[in-house]
Parts: sequence; structure tokens; C-alpha cells
Amino acid sequence: MASSNLDWQTDDKREHPAPLTLENVHVSYATRRGKVRAVRGVTVDLHAGESLALIGESGSGKSTLGLAIVRLLPETAEVVPGVITYRRDGREIDVLKLKPNEMREFRWSDCAMVFQAALNAFNPVLKVWAQALDTAKAHGWSDKDAVRKRLVELLEFVQLDPKRVIDAYPHELSGGMRQRVLLALSLLLNPQVLILDEPTTALDIITQRTIIKLLRELKEDQHFTMIFISHDLAIAAELADRVATMYAGRIVELGTSEDIFYRPRHPYTLGLIRAVPTVSGGFEQLFSIPGSPPDLVELPPGCKFHPRCAFASERCKQEEPELVEVGPNHTAACWNWIQVEDELKRNPLHRGALNVLDTAVVSEEIA
Amino acid sequence: MAPIIEVRNLTKQFGKGAEMVTAVDSVSFAIEPGETVCLVGESGCGKSTTGRMVAGLLEATSGEVIFEGKNIKQLDSAAFRRYRQTVQIIHQDPYSSLNPTQTIRQIITAPLLRHNKVKGKSAAEARALELLEVVDLTPARDVIDKYPHQLSGGQRQRVAVARALTVDPKFIVADEAVSMVDVSIRVSILTMLARLKKEFDVTFLFITHDLALAKYFAWQGRITVMYLGRIVEDGPTQRLITDPRHPYTQALLSAVPEADPELAHHKREIELRDAEIPSLLALPRGCTFHPRCPYFVAGQCDVAVPPLEALPEGGRVACPVRMGERISLLV
Ligand SMILES: Nc1ncnc2c1ncn2[C@@H]1O[C@H](COP(=O)(O)OP(=O)(O)OP(=O)(O)O)[C@@H](O)[C@H]1O
Ligand SMILES: Nc1ncnc2c1ncn2[C@@H]1O[C@H](COP(=O)(O)OP(=O)(O)OP(=O)(O)O)[C@@H](O)[C@H]1O
Ligand code: SF4
Ligand SMILES: [Mg+2]
Ligand SMILES: [Mg+2]
Repeated sequence: MASSNLDWQTDDKREHPAPLTLENVHVSYATRRGKVRAVRGVTVDLHAGESLALIGESGSGKSTLGLAIVRLLPETAEVVPGVITYRRDGREIDVLKLKPNEMREFRWSDCAMVFQAALNAFNPVLKVWAQALDTAKAHGWSDKDAVRKRLVELLEFVQLDPKRVIDAYPHELSGGMRQRVLLALSLLLNPQVLILDEPTTALDIITQRTIIKLLRELKEDQHFTMIFISHDLAIAAELADRVATMYAGRIVELGTSEDIFYRPRHPYTLGLIRAVPTVSGGFEQLFSIPGSPPDLVELPPGCKFHPRCAFASERCKQEEPELVEVGPNHTAACWNWIQVEDELKRNPLHRGALNVLDTAVVSEEIA
Repeated sequence: MAPIIEVRNLTKQFGKGAEMVTAVDSVSFAIEPGETVCLVGESGCGKSTTGRMVAGLLEATSGEVIFEGKNIKQLDSAAFRRYRQTVQIIHQDPYSSLNPTQTIRQIITAPLLRHNKVKGKSAAEARALELLEVVDLTPARDVIDKYPHQLSGGQRQRVAVARALTVDPKFIVADEAVSMVDVSIRVSILTMLARLKKEFDVTFLFITHDLALAKYFAWQGRITVMYLGRIVEDGPTQRLITDPRHPYTQALLSAVPEADPELAHHKREIELRDAEIPSLLALPRGCTFHPRCPYFVAGQCDVAVPPLEALPEGGRVACPVRMGERISLLV
């Protein structure tokens, strides 16, 4: 693979301080109905070299959080209160205080966001080469040959034939090719952090696998620090070191991928896992989460999940729980997480590759 | 038992001249009453086109759809009416399939009255309330006077199912029926559909691009895999998922992202010779998977279209090269 000659720092970034820290970040949108409280107090450290997945159902605030980090929110949005700190090579930047020109630089050279490969993520009248050149020029990179060389390397890295792609318009490319071009363009200025919003949604299965393999390579060989945003749990299981579950604008559980998938402690995380089948695992009875997500303009009191929660007690209806430690490097925001642990002792999740071999799995029809 | 629906050499072409594509090519299968069959495959492989021909919404270019033992083109008008009521289709997009200017009451009672399923308004309302309960829209009285936009996506999909049930169907084509519904509530809709199988003897042709959903919904049924308009493999779900034989089925199953980290890291990697799917406008000769297939045999695969042949373990496979070989999908 072409990775060896891609000028990336391949030293172990895990030694370094957190490149990104979010402290008590809130985002609300002004609407006619009132304030939509899309993100409510998110605090998280992104470790150097790790990949963190944000999961949760539609409307839980995942994209809003990503957009807040690269400050691409619409004008109706405000980020108050909250602090976002970015660190690189001893520098420390208060992201929410960057001026517009500094912000543009930050977005390409430090923290790049890759949007879902919809056509509108591109300028439709520019060929791939022109898009790359525009971006490079805007960042004071005038040596055309150098830009071209870099772009060719990156396109090869994402397994596209540069000859075929470089002079193509976006609409001439398939969805999977567009997603890979976007990924290549986002790497043009060697950012330290990549945020990928629904990187595989709407792509065909075999194309999804190609993208997953590429992203694993960026993670494992290049030690990129990445945030994956997806409503698809499988993307988190395939790619993440740590997973954060979001519900109604908050992180309600945060832990290693294994903790989240095999030892969830928040009822919502457990609900999501029990709602999603695997293909190569055994046959398991699945369950839905009753009800629907809350109205973000008029949030219920207490734990925002309580109207849908099987573990809810009186306290849940009044006081909103904060994230507390439920295991090493594992936190959950639930008054009754111990009951969730007990429930899993009674009704274990039949998960993991080993479980498939020992087929103690239920094989009756759903009903 | 006689099949409830059978298709023979069903073919659909769109466009003319150089732009002509064969979206569905000589597809044959039979579905018996009470069976659940999932049609899977990637975008554009012809799943919806097949479903629409089965439901009589689209005329085949050639081949036959057979209902109660007769080609639907040869049914007399009474039998044709029976066919159109017996076979219903539910679409992916509950937003566009429900008239936004009508209340749920109007949406459900209109077909009841039109098809003389009940006599009079109050009987229609009573039946509408019953059907809303059947699809778990409870309490039905709270829902019946709402407009579609006042309901969530999942609730709208339930209304679409209730509307299909007004004509007492025995066969439902569910085309990506839960694809647009959030994962947290998907299962409850699948469970509701599974209940219709038992309580109303409904047979399902369930179309999905999601193999995990197909496995779950048709665990006791069958899966049919399409690629570029043709069936490449079918068979009992449990055999097809654990012991796929067609190289395309294997590639698909090994590529599916798994919502389980350990499984995700133990899946076999199958390298295709070409990542891109060919265009329907320039289909490869012979087996259309041959330019991508890791087991390609020159002079064989690129010459004749391999026929679907019966597999002793159940189902059919269109690959003479590999149909006798097992591989494990977990390593
Ligand atoms: N521009 C906007 N104006 C008002 N409300 C908005 C705006 N953008 C998003 N929202 C609302 O903010 C909430 C969070 O939206 P967001 O897009 O962050 O969710 P998400 O978790 O990314 O969901 P999805 O999985 O659907 O992408 C939602 O309730 C959404 O309706
Ligand atoms: N009315 C039409 N006119 C022209 N071409 C069509 C028409 N309907 C479908 N096609 C083409 O036929 C092929 C098969 O389409 P179809 O909708 O059946 O695929 P599908 O398997 O349902 O895909 P998806 O998973 O995206 O829904 C596609 O190439 C599509 O572009
Ligand atoms: S705090 Fe209460 S309502 Fe919220 S998730 Fe925990 S048990 Fe459920
Ligand atoms: Mg989003
Ligand atoms: Mg379709």
C-alpha cells in the first residue's frame, strides 16, 4: 500500500496529550417553536490515536456535536456554554474563539470533517482536481505539481485509479467512489483529527467494506485520531476503540467497544444492542425500545430516557443522572445501572465470535 | 401444497436501443402459503422491480406471474380482482405512500367501503379501529383522527400496513418496509408483521438490502439473493447464512458490518478482483459476477450464463465452479 510515502507522522500518538477536549458543550437551535436543545453538556477527551464512535438514534445530537467541533453549524445555532480545546505540537487552541480565517485553516489542517457522500458535499461544477487545487491554494499551497503528486498518492491510498477520477465531475462517480474522494480530499492538508459523519450510510455492503478497510488502515497504520458518527451500531463495532452512546443531546454511556457491546450499563445502550441483529452470530431474540425520543424543545424532567425505560424508578422522573464510573474507563449516566448489570446476569447477551461456536442460541421463530 | 405465487422466467427491460437495460432477467421462484421469503441484494439488482411485477403494479416484458395456478394475464375480471386484493405491497417510504391531506380514518375506511368489506360508515370505523389495534397503534382512538405528518415514521409505516390489511390480503410484498425506521423501533414492526403471518395466514415476500434483517425475519423461511437482475442463490435461511455457496453470496456475507466487535474482527476477508459493480448497460458475458469473482475460471465463467442448480443441502446455486465447496465465514 502507498501509505509509507504519505507524509504522515507515524510515531505513536497515544503518548501525546488529548488532541481534543470538550467541556460541558451545549448547542441549541433557535426555532419558531422555541429552543431545540440538541446537545446538552457533553464532556469528553479524545485520546491521541484513538477512534471514538458516537452512536444513538436519529435526532440524538451526533451530527450537531460534530458540526460544533468544526464550527459549521447554521447561524440559528449557538454553542453556549461550552469549551472546545484543541492541542497539537504544544499549541493549545480555544476552538470556539477562532476567527473565521483561522477557522478555515483549522478545518483542513487540524480537524477535518467528512460528510456523508451526498452529491452536495461537492461543488458540482468542479472536477476532482479543481476541488483539490482550490483547497490547497486557499491554504497558501501554490506548487501545482506538489498538490497533484499528493492528490495522486491519496487517491491511490483510497484505492481509486487517479487517472480515472482526477478529471471527473462528482456526478460521474458512484456513491462509494465519491465517499473515497471525499476521504482523500480531507487528508490533503494532513489533519491530526478526522470526524466522519455516517461514513458508510447509503452505500452498498461491499462498498461499505472497502471504506471500513480503508478507515481501519488509517487507524491502525497511521494512528489517526478519529470520531465516527453513525446511527449504525455495526460501524462502531467494526471501527471504534471507544464508543459513546448519545441520547437526547447527552452522552449517556462511554466505554471501550467491548464494554459497550458486551457489558452495557445504561438501559438505552442495552436497548440498542438488543434491537440489532448480526448476520454471522447465532439467532437471538430481539427487542424494541418502546416509545420514541423526546421533544428537544420540551424535554421531560429527570432522566430524559425515563418514559421509555424498563428500569425507571421514582428518582429517574425527577433528577437527571450524571455520568458515573461503572467500571474501569467506563461511565454511564443512570441511577439504576446496577439493575442493568443484574439483568444481564439473568439474561446474558449471546454475543462474541465464541458464542457462535457454542450454539446455546435460541432458534425459534420471532413472535 | 400449491404455491400462492409463482413466477417463471420473469424479465423486465427498461428503455430502448442503446439505453435498454434488463433490470430483471429470467427470474423463477415459487412461494407456498405460509412461507416467508426474503429477497436480498445490493442497490439496483432488481428487487423492487421483481416485487412490483409480483404485485401486478408493473407489467413484465416477458415471463409469467402465476396466481392460483393461472397466469395473471389470463385471469377473468373477478379472479383478477381477487388477485389484486390478495396480493398487497408495502413500500419503503411511509411519508410518500400516505395521502397527507387525509386523516388516518379516511385512509383506512376508504378501501374498506370501496371493496365492500363492510357496510356503512360506523361499521367501517369499527373495523378501522380494529385494524389499527392489530398493527399496535394503540389506543386506536387517539390515532384515527390524526394526519400522517402528526405521526412518527414508525407509526406511519404501521398505518400503511393497516391499510394493506383492509382487503384481507394473503400475500404481502414488503419492500424495504423498515429501512427508514429507526433501529430502536424496527424490531417491534417486524414482530407485528411476524404476528400477521400467524394470525392472518399472510405469506411474505420481504425485500431488503439488510442481510441481518433478512436473517432475523426469515429465520424459518428462505432467502433469495439477486445480483444484476438474476437470482444467483436461494435456499433455507439457516443454510444460506451459514453455508453460502455462490461466491457473490459469500462476498456479501463476509462484507456485512457486524454489530459485535468480536465478530467484526473474526470475519473472513474475501478480496474481489474488481471493487466496482458493472453497469446494467454493459453487462459482462456469462456469469455477470465473473469480473469480480475470486474463483473465476477463464473460458467457463465468461462464456455461458450458469444455470441455477439444486443443492442437496437445500436451495439453488448458479455457480458450477463453487457450488460443491464450503467455506467458513468466521476465521
Ligand atoms: N438547523 C437546525 N434547526 C433546528 N433544529 C435542528 C437543526 N439541525 C438539527 N436540528 C435538530 O437537532 C436535533 C439533533 O440533530 P442532529 O442532526 O445533530 O442529530 P443526529 O443524531 O445527527 O441524527 P441523525 O442520525 O438523524 O443524523 C434534532 O432534533 C434535529 O431536528
Ligand atoms: N421505471 C424505470 N425506468 C427505468 N429504469 C428503471 C425503472 N425502475 C427501475 N429501473 C432500473 O432497474 C434497475 C433495478 O431497479 P430496482 O429498483 O428494481 O432495484 P432494487 O434492487 O430495488 O434497488 P434498491 O436497493 O436501490 O431499491 C436499476 O438499474 C434501476 O435504475
Ligand atoms: S436513570 Fe432511570 S430512567 Fe434513566 S436510564 Fe437509568 S433507570 Fe432508566
Ligand atoms: Mg446526523
Ligand atoms: Mg428497491
